[in-house]
Amino acid sequence: MIPAAKMIALAIAALFALVLAAKATDSLFAVHAWIAFLFCLGAIAITLKVMPMGKAAKAGEQGKYLDSVIKAGTIATVFWGVTGLLVGVVIALQLSYPALNLDLPWTTFGRLRPLHTSAVIFAFGGNALIATSFYVVQRTTGARLALGNTAWFVFWGYQLFIVLAATGYVLGVTQSKEYAEPEWYVDLWLTVVWVAYLAVFLGTLYKRKEPHIYVANWFYLSFIVTVAMLHVVNNLSLPVSVFGAKSYILWSGVQDALTQWWYGHNAVGFFLTAGFLGMMYYFVPKRVGRPVYSYRLSIVHFWTLIFLYIWAGPHHLHYTALPDWAQTLGMVFSIMLWMPSWGGMINGLMTLSGAWDKMRTDPIIRMMVLAIAFYGMSTFEGPMMSIKSVNSLSHYTDWTIGHVHSGALGWVGMISFGAVYFLVPKLWGRKELYSLRLVNWHFWLATLGIVFYASAMWVSGIMQGLMWREYSELGFLVYSFAESVERMHPFYVIRAAGGLLYLTGALVMAYNVWRTILGHERSERPVGMPAAART
Amino acid sequence: MDYETLRHFADTWGLVFLVTIFLSVIAWVFRPGAGRVYEESARIPLKED
Amino acid sequence: MIKHDKIERNATLLLVLSLLVVTIGGLVEIAPLYYIENTIEKVKGVRPYTPLELAGRNIYIREGCYVCHSQMVRPFRDEVERYGHYSLAAESMYDHPFQWGSKRTGPDLARVGGKYSDDWHVGHLKDPRALVPESVMPGYSFMASAELRTDDIAAHLKANSMIGVPYSEDMVANALADLKAQAGADEDGVEGLRARYGERTLARDFGGNGKKITEMDALVAYLQMLGTLVDFSAYKSDAPENLR
Repeated sequence: MIPAAKMIALAIAALFALVLAAKATDSLFAVHAWIAFLFCLGAIAITLKVMPMGKAAKAGEQGKYLDSVIKAGTIATVFWGVTGLLVGVVIALQLSYPALNLDLPWTTFGRLRPLHTSAVIFAFGGNALIATSFYVVQRTTGARLALGNTAWFVFWGYQLFIVLAATGYVLGVTQSKEYAEPEWYVDLWLTVVWVAYLAVFLGTLYKRKEPHIYVANWFYLSFIVTVAMLHVVNNLSLPVSVFGAKSYILWSGVQDALTQWWYGHNAVGFFLTAGFLGMMYYFVPKRVGRPVYSYRLSIVHFWTLIFLYIWAGPHHLHYTALPDWAQTLGMVFSIMLWMPSWGGMINGLMTLSGAWDKMRTDPIIRMMVLAIAFYGMSTFEGPMMSIKSVNSLSHYTDWTIGHVHSGALGWVGMISFGAVYFLVPKLWGRKELYSLRLVNWHFWLATLGIVFYASAMWVSGIMQGLMWREYSELGFLVYSFAESVERMHPFYVIRAAGGLLYLTGALVMAYNVWRTILGHERSERPVGMPAAART
Repeated sequence: MDYETLRHFADTWGLVFLVTIFLSVIAWVFRPGAGRVYEESARIPLKED
Repeated sequence: MIKHDKIERNATLLLVLSLLVVTIGGLVEIAPLYYIENTIEKVKGVRPYTPLELAGRNIYIREGCYVCHSQMVRPFRDEVERYGHYSLAAESMYDHPFQWGSKRTGPDLARVGGKYSDDWHVGHLKDPRALVPESVMPGYSFMASAELRTDDIAAHLKANSMIGVPYSEDMVANALADLKAQAGADEDGVEGLRARYGERTLARDFGGNGKKITEMDALVAYLQMLGTLVDFSAYKSDAPENLR
């Protein structure tokens, strides 16, 4: 867009935000309108700064690919990753030591938990997906990102969404739908950003020089489209006032429950799985230097995965007031999902066949392999937990929390870290990372953290489930609910320790990335080289 | 339409339908002559940096 | 015949086909819930929330209570003995959005109404560990002094009525008066409140704060009605129309 038109559009947007702030019926809505206003001012300032050297900037940005936005996305990924994990450790400690809730409105577990989930899923995961999808689509099509600087709009628009969502949770703006807590106006804004994202991605595919669309792009594309559908349907709501934060969801009761978990489970299936599989199908072959094990299998993987996943939502509602037929359907499809998931896992792992020795010398590959292994593990555990009789024990307990985290920390986290480690030297034109040994440290800290976390949650979850249903010989319930809470304490402490290890690993990554960007290179013994070979 | 009709449809025609689709996808993916196309496609990421 | 390599070479086709594939599941599972008649049981007693209860429910939502408390008793012996009759779909038919929850860090609240006194709730919300030493719940003492926002309560009822909750015009018009009457701030209004929402509607100073209507009043009013609407002595769970 030409600078003048862009300035006018931004000025109108700023004015609109001001009007909203002035007419707001509640202070929280006003706060959000002011944040939007500041964002517009920031955008105007950046545009002004760039404009005088418009020509120079253009020359710099006329490389084959638009990579500056991917650099920003990579930095945002690391930043939000550390932030989200930090909040996670805080709320884990709150469950261990409830005094840490501070009993202030803004710091209780109820408000910080959505902050944690959204920060890791949407801020960390979302930025990783947007950045890598922009990288992968350009590299596999040989075309520059479509629609000029729209990619930058996607990046900053998405950050605004994150800031609005996060501040909202702390201040008390939520519609209470898990993983879809932001209120109606934030949802609207995300919809605008998401459409722009789809346009850029699809536009780049249209411009491609390569006749075939590489399979990673299929996964990315289906992730973008499906998330758009889920987001819009699940969030349809009626605001009490167009100048106020509160709205009421269109759906109610049992229908709302199924809509929510249709959304919720496919946030897992398409945001946290399909998107990251796109990442796997590009970065693993790339780092290993071999094509994917079976391209045929990847096609079967794609179609079966996206078809089956969408049905699995009702397994979140076993034995509830949801009609039985829907529960059964959800269970059956969840079990079937095991197959494409493991097909994908095999495909990812076998890409290394003939190059397994690289596991020993390249900690980045090791990280990716562990990610795929965790993908396999949690996609086995998931179908098992969707069996109704297993679910009757596991539902409502910490087992679910453990399951989610073995997927999130193990699969999503590790594959993203692998991608970041791959991208940073490439984007900033460095030969290698600052230190591969630090990657090794990150690997072990994270792995140990996950082991602590998952095993603590297995024990506490199964224990909870068993305590709740235990009867004495005389036919009375043995434990009060409070007694089960008391018994959780040691496991909550272990869980927090596991989270702390994982966070420490992420901090090591942040340091490593920062030094790499600065252009430093640590002189160190290569990973996997025997000590004797040092001289 | 009630639960019984739905269930009946799902575990008869619905099942046949899905299995047919699944088998034809498999058959199609493994059809002879597709191998070369796939080999080329799989190498796309390795073409450039 | 469409060949797969057509799809692999055509971005639009790929987009449309994958959208089609992901739509099927949602349509088949969710859409029937709206037209299969026995999705929601026919029971007596379920009514829309009173203005004060609705305000309390919004505080419950704002504070993220659903993160640790479910409102869905499953039909197991231990749950029914611990919490009460298993939950019916009808009981949340006016819930926009639903509050079934997904985790029990604390106990289920679907039938907490009437199990504890108002004083217990107020004391427990202010300092959970004073009453339940093992609890890991945050304290919400700030609610006792936070004045409840009431000026837009009629608009809340109106919005709900527009999306299908059967609030009458009378209910919307008297929203503020009913809220005050139920919170014990206006005894003369109680009759009107009960005429609109039923004789069993509770009305008293839930938060124990006198004339001032606080967030505590609203939240406790909501908790005290949870799960109390359906008369289960008249409900036949094995009647054919209630089997799903």
